Amino acid sequence: MSVWGFPTLAGSLVLAPLFLGIVNRTKAAFGGRSGQPLLQVYFDLAKLIRKGAVYSRTSTWVFSAAPAASLAAALSALLLLPLAGFPAVLSFPGDLLLFTFVLATSRFLTIVAALDVGSSLEGMGASREAAFSALAEPVLLLGLAVAAREAGRDSLAGIIGNVTAADWQRAGPAFVLVAASLFAILLAENARIPVDDPNTHLELTMIHEVMILDHSGPDLALLLCGSVLKLWVMAALLAGLLLPGRTGFPVLDGLMFLAGMFALAVAIGIVESTIARLRLDRVPQFLVGAGAFAVMALALIMR
Amino acid sequence: MRVLLDTLMVLLVFTNLRLLGLSRLSASIRTVAAQGVLLGLIALAAHVGPWNARILLIAAAGIGIKGVAFPLLLRRGLRAARIRREAEPFVGYIPSVLAGVAAFVLSLGIAARLPLPGTPVSDLIVPTALTTMLVGLLLIVSRKKALSQALGYLVFENGIYVFGVGVAYEASALVEMGVLLDVFVGVFVMGIIMFHISREFDSIDTTHLATLKE
Repeated sequence: MSVWGFPTLAGSLVLAPLFLGIVNRTKAAFGGRSGQPLLQVYFDLAKLIRKGAVYSRTSTWVFSAAPAASLAAALSALLLLPLAGFPAVLSFPGDLLLFTFVLATSRFLTIVAALDVGSSLEGMGASREAAFSALAEPVLLLGLAVAAREAGRDSLAGIIGNVTAADWQRAGPAFVLVAASLFAILLAENARIPVDDPNTHLELTMIHEVMILDHSGPDLALLLCGSVLKLWVMAALLAGLLLPGRTGFPVLDGLMFLAGMFALAVAIGIVESTIARLRLDRVPQFLVGAGAFAVMALALIMR
Repeated sequence: MRVLLDTLMVLLVFTNLRLLGLSRLSASIRTVAAQGVLLGLIALAAHVGPWNARILLIAAAGIGIKGVAFPLLLRRGLRAARIRREAEPFVGYIPSVLAGVAAFVLSLGIAARLPLPGTPVSDLIVPTALTTMLVGLLLIVSRKKALSQALGYLVFENGIYVFGVGVAYEASALVEMGVLLDVFVGVFVMGIIMFHISREFDSIDTTHLATLKE
């Protein structure tokens, strides 16, 4: 356990909503609008926390416990992730398995809560989420496996932030493939555009939004917080895999990490503005494509 | 140069997978055109030493013929046949993509054992070339529309081109010109066939050719 992880943890909690704000502003700029304020997600959270929650008579404790538990799962994932050259709070061999497990738990809890309401619409969203995540998860694990194999270490501390220019020279193609694959998974896991549209409330197409329809007030705030943190965690994972390692100057490391995250947020915004949402039956094909990249990267590394 | 070449190789493999997963023919033609441009750039990047007139000619022929001329011809064929997508290929899109990945893994295995006259500039050249050839073959056998099959021929030839510029540079121009001529004739004949099939059956589905009984 390392105390040095706590400052970056606190920084993540403060900055994660801003990340989503940057994505939204990029989308607005592409649409020719000035868009919502950068800090809108903070305002939303503050507004939701002050409200009261409404619970359906058919729902049980599962429904009311899930938002907090889902946020807790996202926080645990954050505990395991080394950020900006600082060590993670918790680190041990094989922690990348726990990392994927914790992310899966957060999703499982959202799905269970959606089923608990008893609404057929939410059940439909839950089934879609389960079907697509069953495809996305192996790809995430495969991508992490490639990175672990390349680094020769089996903990996130060994994989993230240890990439050097020499690694890029030696295994550049594999890095590019893994990055493409993980970026696709980032979009799929966080309900971003080619897979799911965070703004839509059209029952034919929505996946994530439909599952949280019946949550209100503080519960919705916790869920929003959880999904914002999950987006931050996945983006930080990608940034950590791609950016070269520690320079020795913590300030420089931090600035480089923030610049990387900013670039990723803008990239997500650009993808969301330029690519159309995939038809629902084409989503598995998108995820299989991401998996294909990961498998090819693995083949390149293993040969 | 090495990093640039490897990046181009990854992009080439990406276009291969994209071709296997695409159903809209106009998008497939655009992808093949992008592949042609990539090939020209690969020829330049794979060249050791300063560029001379010959390598520039090979690259320019690659970009000009594969990246511009063939796609224009095929686009005309597409317009004439009035079709937009490959309706039901013999092998579905997801299995096709998986087969493409399998082809890549197989090519890596073959490339490790293949005896070559010299060492290629990048150890990715041979696997990429073999993958492109296998993907081309796969497109030829698994798609029904004559236009998709013509695209398969082009992709197959692109694989030979990469192999030529990467490994057999000394003889590449000779091999290349011969194959290019073959493909040109192939695309030409395909255009005529497509025209005739579409006039005869109001479609360019080659499976109709098997039902010519009476």
